[in-house]
Amino acid sequence: MTPTGDREERIPIWRDQRFWNIAFQVLALAAVILLLTTLFGNALRTLQSQGRQFNFDFLGNPASFNIGESVIPYQTQDPYWKAFLVGLLNTLRLIVVGFVLTTIIGIFAGIASFSNNWLVKKISQVYVELIRNTPLLLQLFAWYFGVIFGLAGDQPRRLLRAIFITKRQGGGVFIPWFTGEPVSLTSFGLLIAAAIAAVVLWRWRIHVMETQGASGQPQAIALAVLGIVSIFLFFFGLAWQFPQPTEAGGVTGGLRMSLEYAAILAGLVFYTGAFIAEIVRAGIQAVSKGQWEAGRALGLDAGKLMRLIVFPQALRVIIPSLNSQYMNLAKNSSLALAIGYPDIYSTASTTFNQTGRPIEVFILIAATYLTINLVISLAMNSLNRAVELKER
Amino acid sequence: MTTTFPPSSSAPPASNSGGLMAWLRKNLFNNWLNGILTVAISAMLVWVGMSFLEWAFTVAQWSVIPANWQLYFVGRYPNDQYWRLWAIFGLVAILSGLSWGILARNTAQLFTKTALICLGLLGVFGVIMPAPLTSRLLFLGAVILLAAAAWGGRQLGHSVAGIGRWISFAWIASFFVVMWLLAGGFGLESVSTGNWGGLLLTLFISVVSILLCFPMGVLLALGRQSSLPVVRLLSVLYIEIIRGVPLIAILFIGQNMIPLFLPQGMRPDNVYRAILGLTLFSAAYLAENVRGGLQAIPRGQMEAAHALGLNPALTTMLIILPQALKISIPAIVGQFISLFQDTTLLSIVSILELLGISRSILANPSFIGRYWEVYLFIGVIYWLFCYLMSIGSRRIEASLNTEH
Amino acid sequence: MLFAATLSVATLTACTTPETTDDAAADGDEAAPTATAEGSLLSAIRDRGTLVCGVEGSIPGFSFVESDGSYSGLDVDVCRAVAAAVFETSEVDDLIEYRNLDSTERFTALAGGEVDMLSRNTTWTSSRDAAGGNGMEFAPTTFYDGQGMMVTTASGIQTLEDLEGRSVCVETGTTTELNLADRMRELGVNYNEVKFQDSDATYAAYAEGRCEAVTSDRSQLAARRTTLPSPDEHALLDVTMSKEPLGPVTMNNDSEWFDVVKWVTYGLVQAEEFGITQDSVQEALQSENPEIRRFLGVEGDLGSQLGLSNEFMVYAVEAVGNYGEVYERNIGGQLGIDRGLNMLWTDGGLMYSPPFR
Repeated sequence: MTPTGDREERIPIWRDQRFWNIAFQVLALAAVILLLTTLFGNALRTLQSQGRQFNFDFLGNPASFNIGESVIPYQTQDPYWKAFLVGLLNTLRLIVVGFVLTTIIGIFAGIASFSNNWLVKKISQVYVELIRNTPLLLQLFAWYFGVIFGLAGDQPRRLLRAIFITKRQGGGVFIPWFTGEPVSLTSFGLLIAAAIAAVVLWRWRIHVMETQGASGQPQAIALAVLGIVSIFLFFFGLAWQFPQPTEAGGVTGGLRMSLEYAAILAGLVFYTGAFIAEIVRAGIQAVSKGQWEAGRALGLDAGKLMRLIVFPQALRVIIPSLNSQYMNLAKNSSLALAIGYPDIYSTASTTFNQTGRPIEVFILIAATYLTINLVISLAMNSLNRAVELKER
Repeated sequence: MTTTFPPSSSAPPASNSGGLMAWLRKNLFNNWLNGILTVAISAMLVWVGMSFLEWAFTVAQWSVIPANWQLYFVGRYPNDQYWRLWAIFGLVAILSGLSWGILARNTAQLFTKTALICLGLLGVFGVIMPAPLTSRLLFLGAVILLAAAAWGGRQLGHSVAGIGRWISFAWIASFFVVMWLLAGGFGLESVSTGNWGGLLLTLFISVVSILLCFPMGVLLALGRQSSLPVVRLLSVLYIEIIRGVPLIAILFIGQNMIPLFLPQGMRPDNVYRAILGLTLFSAAYLAENVRGGLQAIPRGQMEAAHALGLNPALTTMLIILPQALKISIPAIVGQFISLFQDTTLLSIVSILELLGISRSILANPSFIGRYWEVYLFIGVIYWLFCYLMSIGSRRIEASLNTEH
Repeated sequence: MLFAATLSVATLTACTTPETTDDAAADGDEAAPTATAEGSLLSAIRDRGTLVCGVEGSIPGFSFVESDGSYSGLDVDVCRAVAAAVFETSEVDDLIEYRNLDSTERFTALAGGEVDMLSRNTTWTSSRDAAGGNGMEFAPTTFYDGQGMMVTTASGIQTLEDLEGRSVCVETGTTTELNLADRMRELGVNYNEVKFQDSDATYAAYAEGRCEAVTSDRSQLAARRTTLPSPDEHALLDVTMSKEPLGPVTMNNDSEWFDVVKWVTYGLVQAEEFGITQDSVQEALQSENPEIRRFLGVEGDLGSQLGLSNEFMVYAVEAVGNYGEVYERNIGGQLGIDRGLNMLWTDGGLMYSPPFR
């Protein structure tokens, strides 16, 4: 850092870079500590003067408020920690599905901006410009009050032949889903096994093709068979159940999502999707022109060129940026409270309201979201490493 | 990402090369799949457009917009003090015009077709806006002022050297004048922040937060890249913790905890608390954007500066930071845009910015249920501002691009 | 980085101080506007020249923003009456600063000294009043309410039991939410709750048919019912799930300020009992009735005992009228809600002011 030499002892202390380095750090640390102790000291004094305390004991008290939807059984006399858990599960349910859908939409819209159909290209651009330049909260209101309530009526309405949406009897969006019967579960297990087998087969095929110069024909046939079996399993083994309107005006069967869940999911997915589309577009543009030309020279058509040459290389640029978009989606899911979906933030807000404990509740919220984001970062980093390894 | 090669498939529509039919065939019906796609999408667009028009002309009751015109733009700002807002508007128009003229001093034509269209649109808006005649005249006056200042700025730019620096100073000075005009004091009747609202408050909060979060973000970015372990650790902690928590939780601290943390009796205004929350939040993101720029500066730059005998502080100030900021302009403007959009979350904590005042209007018994009209209206406002910012960012990026 | 943080905190607080304590700064120890051991909020408000009043801001009849930007409603009129009494003028519109507060932040805003008083549909409960609870002081009730349930007539719901499996819209952070949960648990009814952060969203969702029922204070329901697209398609169930006495609130430990709010509120009721209206208050000053003369400060020093001028009720009544007028203007006329429990005690209601003497 600093030039050291035999003249070292003659440098006066105020001209020694190391002294200033240390002094500056000590000062910075002291300032931070001073600031924090003052702030927390004030908070504790204020709390004390108002006869309040700082501890987490309240988590064991009965919450006594209701939560609209829950994956685990929850009753109003359950303790606060369980209410938090219900909220957390609702958040996770939202963001995990959100990740999958937003990635699909984002990649789709990103690639569509390179389409040779002028209309498709324009729609993709308009979508990105429109969504990115309006506030998410406004979009959520529009989704909930405009789209969802516009579609859902007193009678179940059928969309795309298989989806039902209704406001009555609890309301919800019903999509086809497989039944939880043993046959269905077995098929599901088999499908996962098939997916793993396909990956193994694919690698094996590449391996033998590269090292032995084999044609890879047997493996390709095996893959094809596997594919056909999987399709068969998917359509018939999973025991799909289609929602049906009942005579009482309700809907049975299928998977029910509440209207709030559908609205917040749609809002988050389309919002984040626009940003991902932009990342995908930039990623594809970053692939050097020579790659496009080489691909075209090989006689690949536009679809194959994108799928085999450009997109895999673009992924290396895309994946690191996706991380922050996923984190944004997770954090933005807290806006659920504006349209009545009981996520962790909404539950925490109600808890704060009933208990009057701002600091404790905030610590719980912050810790939850930090953990969620940490997990996302770790997952994305390992995915990133996997993509990087392919570089030879 | 400077090496972008637009692939040939996204070539601009060459409508003049072979007539409309040829263009259509090339861009919409070049194979059967695209043909089907085009037809299907067109049908859908027509259907959406028709239903929207039907709604807009038969169902919608647009009276909620003109009846509350003032509320949307300035909230509950006292009626007899509107002249102050007009003064601010005029000042900003003059400064924008001057800056525009000076920036465009070396271009062939000041009033290009786009510029004229924009001015024309502003003029049309001024004519048709549902406000009293004086407001419309004042608005048109401001538009003329803008154009005149642009012309003047161009002349000045040619005759006075170093005018660019003066205009920066003028902007900085104007901020204090604007603050004085808005809040009052020093001879003007004071108007408390509780009476600011609507777009005025949205813009005020965004501008002040942007101004405050920028230096803080740069400092945090430098701190994160610093060779001093304690400073680095503190910066990393701050950045990562803030970035890990949703904004609404930060605003929650602002509303419910800041009064706890301060000594008893100190009570910052809730608008200032909101600004504090937004600033603390955005600074962490901005720091990451700037860090991206810092990391992109080749090491040779720093070594060259050392070789010239610059000390680390000067190296950073004069060599590294300017280059890093230039690289990160798109990301920084992107952050500003999201900050502008994030101000809508303040409506959840009962601050009457544009979305907040809209929700208050919707509670008025005469306008209950008119939310679709209102949300559409303010959606257009938000979209306009964000879109202009992103266009501006592209322009600045292009004009600063010294690479060939 | 931290310098920047402290700097911005410092500048921000610096920005705010001049505005809140412009004149008080000269007095030194009175600079703190919150109620501390010495110095009542009352003198701080006088020095500041404005009353900061926390309202809801979006309840028809109680508080909402008019198109010209002014606030109106019953809760707003209470603020105006208090301001008139404190500042000794009936022209109070420039002397009050309204703060919209949602249900979650109202108590912290009051405790933090951000508002001087709440006049925001707040239910008087033991835990909110107690020093070990929220530590508030409740001025007399300005509106006796009870939690009700509004349903769409199409749903055919007659009793709470009919809500089995139906959706109920409710605003979070209110006693309403807890009452509903308690009541339904007691009845063993499984219902689907949709919870919103503010009342606008709650009623918008109900109006759009998201829920078959919405629960809130009966007054709010009745007010909102009139503003729905077709009011006849909605009905209030004949159940009262709770007692909801709503009134202004101040902070604990400041009895001087609390007394002002309390007695101005009582004064509005007393004025109605005396038959003193906004228009007749000047004539009433000539009244021979010793009770009225004391009440209006023609005789005695009731006002100065409270730390106000003796004529404080003259200004208050001139500003907003008596309780009956306030009610009629905001609730009775516009929203058509019967006075019911909110009649004077002489007419069989609960509105009863202790004597002014």
